[in-house]
Amino acid sequence: MKKIRVRFSKKGKIRFVSHRDVARIWERSLRKAQIKIAYSEGFSPRPKISFGLALPTGNESEAEYLDLELAEDIQENFDDLKEIQERINLALPLGLEVQKIAGKELRADSLQQVVVQSTWQFDLSGYTLEQAKKWSEGVLESSEIVVKRERKGKVVVEDLRNQVISIEVIEETEAGVRVQADLGTQPRTLRPSELLAASNPPIKARNVCRMNQWMLQGDERIEPLSINDAPAPSAQIADVTRRELNHVRTNGQASESRLNRQRVIRSTTKT
Amino acid sequence: MSSIWPQLEGILDDVQKPARYIGCEDGAITPKYHRDKVSWLLTYPDTYEVGLPNQGLQILYEIINERSDAVAERAYAPWTDMASVLRQNRLPFFSVDTHRPAQEFDVLGFNLSAELVYTNLLECLDLADVPIHTERRRPEDPLVIVGGHCTYNPEPIADFIDAAVLGDGEEVVSDITETIRRWKNSGRTSRESILRELATIPGVYVPYAYTPEYEKEELISITPRFPETPEVVEKRTVSDLTDWPYPKNQLVPVTEVVHDRLNVEVFRGCTRGCRFCQAGMITRPVRERPAKQVRTMISEGVRRTGYDEVSLTSLSTADFSGIEEVVKGTLDDSGCGQLSVSLPSLRVDAFTVGIAAELQRARRTGLTFAPEAGSWRMRQVINKLVGEDDLYSAVESAYSQGWRRMKLYFLTGLPTETDEDTKAIIDMARKCVEVGRSHQKSPSVTVSVGGFVPKPFTPFQWFGQNTEEELHRKIRLLRDEAKSSRGVQFKWHDSRASVAEGIVSRGDRRIGAVIEEVWRKGGVFQEWSEHFNLQLWVDAMEKHGLSLDSYVYRHRTEQETLPWDHLSAGLHKDFLWQEWRDALDAVGLEDCRWTPCYDCGACTGYGIEHVVASAQPPAGGSQGTGQQNLTSGSVPVSFSGMKL
Ligand code: SF4
Repeated sequence: MKKIRVRFSKKGKIRFVSHRDVARIWERSLRKAQIKIAYSEGFSPRPKISFGLALPTGNESEAEYLDLELAEDIQENFDDLKEIQERINLALPLGLEVQKIAGKELRADSLQQVVVQSTWQFDLSGYTLEQAKKWSEGVLESSEIVVKRERKGKVVVEDLRNQVISIEVIEETEAGVRVQADLGTQPRTLRPSELLAASNPPIKARNVCRMNQWMLQGDERIEPLSINDAPAPSAQIADVTRRELNHVRTNGQASESRLNRQRVIRSTTKT
Repeated sequence: MSSIWPQLEGILDDVQKPARYIGCEDGAITPKYHRDKVSWLLTYPDTYEVGLPNQGLQILYEIINERSDAVAERAYAPWTDMASVLRQNRLPFFSVDTHRPAQEFDVLGFNLSAELVYTNLLECLDLADVPIHTERRRPEDPLVIVGGHCTYNPEPIADFIDAAVLGDGEEVVSDITETIRRWKNSGRTSRESILRELATIPGVYVPYAYTPEYEKEELISITPRFPETPEVVEKRTVSDLTDWPYPKNQLVPVTEVVHDRLNVEVFRGCTRGCRFCQAGMITRPVRERPAKQVRTMISEGVRRTGYDEVSLTSLSTADFSGIEEVVKGTLDDSGCGQLSVSLPSLRVDAFTVGIAAELQRARRTGLTFAPEAGSWRMRQVINKLVGEDDLYSAVESAYSQGWRRMKLYFLTGLPTETDEDTKAIIDMARKCVEVGRSHQKSPSVTVSVGGFVPKPFTPFQWFGQNTEEELHRKIRLLRDEAKSSRGVQFKWHDSRASVAEGIVSRGDRRIGAVIEEVWRKGGVFQEWSEHFNLQLWVDAMEKHGLSLDSYVYRHRTEQETLPWDHLSAGLHKDFLWQEWRDALDAVGLEDCRWTPCYDCGACTGYGIEHVVASAQPPAGGSQGTGQQNLTSGSVPVSFSGMKL
């Protein structure tokens, strides 16, 4: 077995690190953990790691995923996987933690293709229970939630309503009222902050956390890797009909000079 | 002490790049506080991305935290959006390690590696709620101590700092800590007593303890106010880098920064003697780290950090006598070749290209050289003795080994520069392209030109900087020349930034008011083109009755008092003056590593010597080594380390 699927959490201060930076952290941590990853061929070889759906910067998560291809076959048994998990966890910075690793069938579809919805929890800042209930009913009863946003210099009008699958009010918190919502991820992820910004008046989302990601297996929704299962030897990768996708995602490749570009470069001490 | 993290958390969603403010680096230390300990907040007054990799700051961070009587945390200048959010929410400037208010530290230590960050220093102090003027600070306010290359002329910021440290910080930081600890434990009563005491530590300059005197408009002297204060403050020099294998735990950030790789310092100092280069002059003598120690630092560093790139840092890195051993050894150790090695500063010769070929076995995209001037005459003036032969053989060997792009760095606005000299820059680039044609279909050469700003403690400290108009004219000249040259790309630095840099580089205490004015008008992050505003500087100069002519464009005379005459980088002033005269006559000076000592003062004055592992000049290049004049490898200089 060469491919593995990893489920990890992102919590605490490190939630303010961007998706792209998390990708860089992973590459470095895997080297530090001395997990040998397969590299792509060619001029500038890249490690074969493919990341799941991006998590908005500032949000926490209990359920992030990535797939990676190892350079060498490993035994598909509990102990080997457990050891890999421990080594990676020692190498990862505080706040990122692998919860589970499982073997992945080589030909299974990529995470970005199979995941169809996420479960989120977040606080409606400054709301009372009553207001929260009214808000969630309002959203669910509405026939459309139209937002305008700019993409590549053009204004795109979108209806988010179909992306809101369910909303449930949970409890009062320090920041307001916590709700749980299932939001769609295809053709693109609906972020809780977007949904709240589209409310009238706009609401500030606090303590946003992705609880689960879901894919379909027949009529049922399952997680790409569930932490509740017994230590399964191999993850069940559902065979999901491929959808028309138009991802606009960065692949974690950093342009070297990006950070330097805007600086006035000093002239006399080039060292 | 208290952490403001709970309040920060709520506002980080509202700022760009929040990861700048969270810390979380691998290698960061959890400080253990005790009321008797001296607490330092080490600040780099530019963005996190620029400041985090700073080696000087990381070295001090480790040394202080290794002490049982001190702790250190770090901070970086908040970007403008964060600064306004902090002000709106009445939150202070804070450390990234544990998010403590800066105000609660005993010492705010700033690393100043560029003059244009001075306004950020004021911004950080103001956000910290620390009075920006030293005379307004109370005993309970933190002490503001600065270090870094800019402190060789701290006069423009004299009103804002309590002390400046000259030279290597490794040892003096402990002297300072102990002095402050005693002051703190004896009740921390008067501010004057600690300032006077700090002023007696070698390498520490306390502006408060010195009075400048003017006659009419002219500065005539800066003299000590107190009997125990030394007349001249000498820089500190660490004699052997072997004793200081720092940083031992280089910080690995969780967000992208510049120089995002393992950095290992292979030597300090440079004796090539380029007359424009302050870094080379003030860090003399050369002190190499043993190749074996370098290799250990690399292998341990790579294992600990997970980086797949290591950079060997120093000035003119190819001069490191262990370069081949380190490069080969490192590449062999790393086995599968996943580790890449980079040299930030390449010498211009074929030998260096050979090393570069070794380093970049697979990816040969671009190489960068710094001939600095286009004509040989000009290069003799600035003492960058790169022969044409060296350059073209370097270029030839680079193209023939598969490189396709070359980047060449130059300065313009140098002493005695004529338009012929300026245009020679493009000539040189053209010839490089021609050389490339025999090896590549479409070779390209990028010429990058910066306007020269004279710096203290260099032979050019007396030179009147070119005016903005003159620099601009030269840039246009170059641009026109480049246009008609196939394969030559032209890039230049904003000549307006050179003016502002010129004001502060050689300014005296009166420039403090200008810096304050620019800051009050919102002129922060002046190193960044999107924030840089020359008009603020020009207006501030005018408001305070100070002229650009006198501060920037005027040649200094031999007799006049320079604002840094009471400080010393070890260099004799008459050596520098002689170098200035020789420059005007276009007479070069060879590298003293391989020729007899000229008694510049950097070694002789302090009883130290170059620490160089090899008495052989580096192979295959004449750049400043004076090899042309040498018949054999035996050179009359000792190379063993400290004089006993
Ligand atoms: S004192 Fe002599 S050997 Fe030392 S840097 Fe100066 S000229 Fe070179």
